Amino acid sequence: MEIVYLGLSAAIMLSFAGGAIRLLRGPSRADRMMGAQLFGTTGAAIAMVLAAAMDAWVLLDVGLVFAALAAVTVIAFVQRAHVGHQVDEVSAGKE
Amino acid sequence: MVETLSVWASIICISIGVVFFGAGTTGMLRFPDVYTRLHAMTKADNLGLGFVALGLLPLAPSWSDALKLVLIWGFILMAGTTAAHLVAQSARRHGRQEKLQGEEM
Repeated sequence: MEIVYLGLSAAIMLSFAGGAIRLLRGPSRADRMMGAQLFGTTGAAIAMVLAAAMDAWVLLDVGLVFAALAAVTVIAFVQRAHVGHQVDEVSAGKE
Repeated sequence: MVETLSVWASIICISIGVVFFGAGTTGMLRFPDVYTRLHAMTKADNLGLGFVALGLLPLAPSWSDALKLVLIWGFILMAGTTAAHLVAQSARRHGRQEKLQGEEM
């Protein structure tokens, strides 16, 4: 039964790799910011399935940390992009 | 007998969740616009995570582990909602227009 769980976690990792393609190719900053949310969701999912696969349920704490920090990560990215845009506007206005 | 049934039920549930993950990622890769990609990722991936958590609930060895599974799903739901709104606002502020149907690609 363990091999089935490992196969499922490999499938989730493949899905994450597909999302990372969008992170690389994305023509805008918003596409790349979605990568942060993808990390959180797929990281939590992989941690949960691996906890069942290896019967090490302490990995649920790892998934909980991923989930709790996912919102903070995306907020940090958005704030950074917005502040960067404002700084560009200010420096362009000075000229 | 009941034990084997619950293990098979959880494997089926987790497989459905993985299928939803794949659907969300496919949508994220193939949709034409950042706003539609946000929809695909937020809704489909979170639903996949919900099915994975639901499938793992019978396998959890104690009540605190089951509570952690539900909490993980709840936190990701809240993070996904917040993230979708913030990213969409940021994209709109930077002037990204939607690609309407019928427009030339």
